[in-house]
Amino acid sequence: MALSSRHLLGLQGVPKEDIQTILDTAHTFREILERPIKKVPTLQGKTIVNLFYESSTRTRISFELAEKRLSADAINFSISGSSVSKGETFKDTVRNIEAMKIDMVVVRHSAAGTPLYLTKICNANVINAGDGTHEHPTQALLDMYSIRQKVGNLEGLKVCILGDISHSRVALSNIFGLKTMGAKVSVCGPSTMIPRDIKNLGVDVIYNIDEAIQENDVLNVLRIQLERKAREYFPSIREYAKYFGITQDRLDKNGKEILILHPGPINRGVELSSEVADGSNQIILYQVTNGVAIRMAVLYLLGTLN
Amino acid sequence: MKIVLKNVDVIHPEEKINLKGVSVLLNNGLISKIGELSSDESKDAREFDFSGNILVPGLYDMHVHLREPGREDEETVISGCNSAASGGFTGVACMPNTEPAIDTAEVVKFIKEQASNHLVDVYPVAAASLGRKGEIISPMAELVEAGAVAFSDDGVAIKTSSVLRRAFEYSSMYNVSIIEHCEDESLAEGAMNEGVNSTLLGLPGVPSVAEDIIVSRDILMAEYTGGRIHIAHISTKNSVNLVREAKKKGIKVTAEVTPHHFTLTDDSLKSYDTNFKMNPPLRTQEDVDAIIKGLKDGTIDCIASDHAPHSIEEKESEFQFAPNGIVGFETTVGLSFSELLKKNKLSIEELIKKLCMNPRKILNLPIPKFDSGELANFTIIDPNLVWTVDISKYKSKSKNSPFDKKLLTGKSVAVINRKKMFHEDQWLDLSTA
Repeated sequence: MALSSRHLLGLQGVPKEDIQTILDTAHTFREILERPIKKVPTLQGKTIVNLFYESSTRTRISFELAEKRLSADAINFSISGSSVSKGETFKDTVRNIEAMKIDMVVVRHSAAGTPLYLTKICNANVINAGDGTHEHPTQALLDMYSIRQKVGNLEGLKVCILGDISHSRVALSNIFGLKTMGAKVSVCGPSTMIPRDIKNLGVDVIYNIDEAIQENDVLNVLRIQLERKAREYFPSIREYAKYFGITQDRLDKNGKEILILHPGPINRGVELSSEVADGSNQIILYQVTNGVAIRMAVLYLLGTLN
Repeated sequence: MKIVLKNVDVIHPEEKINLKGVSVLLNNGLISKIGELSSDESKDAREFDFSGNILVPGLYDMHVHLREPGREDEETVISGCNSAASGGFTGVACMPNTEPAIDTAEVVKFIKEQASNHLVDVYPVAAASLGRKGEIISPMAELVEAGAVAFSDDGVAIKTSSVLRRAFEYSSMYNVSIIEHCEDESLAEGAMNEGVNSTLLGLPGVPSVAEDIIVSRDILMAEYTGGRIHIAHISTKNSVNLVREAKKKGIKVTAEVTPHHFTLTDDSLKSYDTNFKMNPPLRTQEDVDAIIKGLKDGTIDCIASDHAPHSIEEKESEFQFAPNGIVGFETTVGLSFSELLKKNKLSIEELIKKLCMNPRKILNLPIPKFDSGELANFTIIDPNLVWTVDISKYKSKSKNSPFDKKLLTGKSVAVINRKKMFHEDQWLDLSTA
């Protein structure tokens, strides 16, 4: 029942049994979320710091809710930009926080590898809430949980991740997790947004959206970043929406039942049309609810390990 | 002071000297005799036994960062020279990315002045453009006169082809090389080599083609202008091939490689250890194999450390925010002997040429001679000494090395130059009575 690691830094190399345990545990907490009183005393007395070096609304709230529903003491520390600009090094900040006697750290940071670095400079359990374009394991876990609840088994399931794969931590965690669980994973998007070596990770590459719909059981549609930097990777929003956006017409044309996930926030009319974003194929808000259960499961499993 | 270096194997690949177990007599830091000594000749001389060691002309590192002026907290000319001597070098060429940059005669003279009493010869490489900004070429005539031995905007490539052209044309008047850090900036906004490992680690990648494009540009411009181009820290397979082809065509191109680029690959980055962060980034095994082939067939002329000291504060950070580079002086000989000589990639003569003669030739510097009456400029190496790298014992002010605790074979045990000797952690003045 216990996990094989005291941290959750990513899904690369995490054994199938661990993922299974997290998903099963989340299912228990999912039931609690439907109760009138949604709080359990499981992590009473534990102090958890949400160390957010990058702005985030839903992930931070989701973690905070999960912590509170497990009766842990949750502290939020948010700062944008790198530690360098603040004058205090990341290491000093972490050491200071640790000196206040904390048990777990949930970290989000723009630099890949920071959660691993954190495990080397402090003794708390570390949970990665997104590091650069590396991993976002709890998002992938809640995606997998949501898919499993809707279609049953992940084994042999065909899942396509659609969008900016190069700059997505959600994509990488989903690829690692889904492949471990035996799913067949492909990616689809403009070629400028797909890493050159992605095939070495054992995924297929599709450049045609209709093909992606026809060939798969599940589409995990990523948010397209509309900031200037990310915009350099595709010619225009109009062109992206036309060739890679999911519309109801496109789903109807391919005449196929397909499950649509999106980690949010959605750019309506870009990667998903409003009709699809509110339609019968998508499970977007269901994912959000499951996110709290997944994070409760991870916090519980790591927090009671020590 | 009279000293005898006993039982040493003397090798000078250029002078075709290869003597086994001879004695070298020095008088006042000058070579008196190499060979068998009579008891009369060695009378009153202080003796050093170097059995099993080789004595070669002093090694030369043509790509180093001494950080002075500007970052004396990381290294000074003196601490850098101490580190160089400890690593087996008697001469270095220091790069101009200091603060201020080495783009005036005053800075060139300042640096030379700092090293004026040291065993190690210091020759500054001056900036190719003012402030290394890539806009206007530096006062090259004045810089050469002050003692600059080459020009480079190291840290970056010369920004535009037009400035590159002028730099080649102007420097040609003095037959001085342009040393290029080959990297197309518009492709190089990354923290490691682009490839499957950068995808797995989620780190932004620098593609190998970013280097190849500038190598191509520079070779074409060298051909067009007749200038001399030296490719710094070559790291990709395609760049090695480009240099090989250019040499065949008779273009004046030379190239260097660092020990880390023929030793390590980007597999080392899996721990996000910032000591492995360097620019150019560590590449793949395919690139390492091409580099070793290039070293063997002469495409790559020399080995340079790219000695790049950084403060612990800056290196101890999130990977993407950490500066590039490693302390190189004190592991270059060990890595070269372990990876190239012991693995039968290069002969001892070939290796010494790449660590001693070729860099001096590229910089138009004289090669130390082994004739009597000449200033003794030697490095003495124990090629079979197995030792463990210990950064805490570094002479460099900085300790950023990915090779800490690594077992190496081959180490410099003494250097002699400018009537000084460094041996067993002691500095000896050979000119005193």
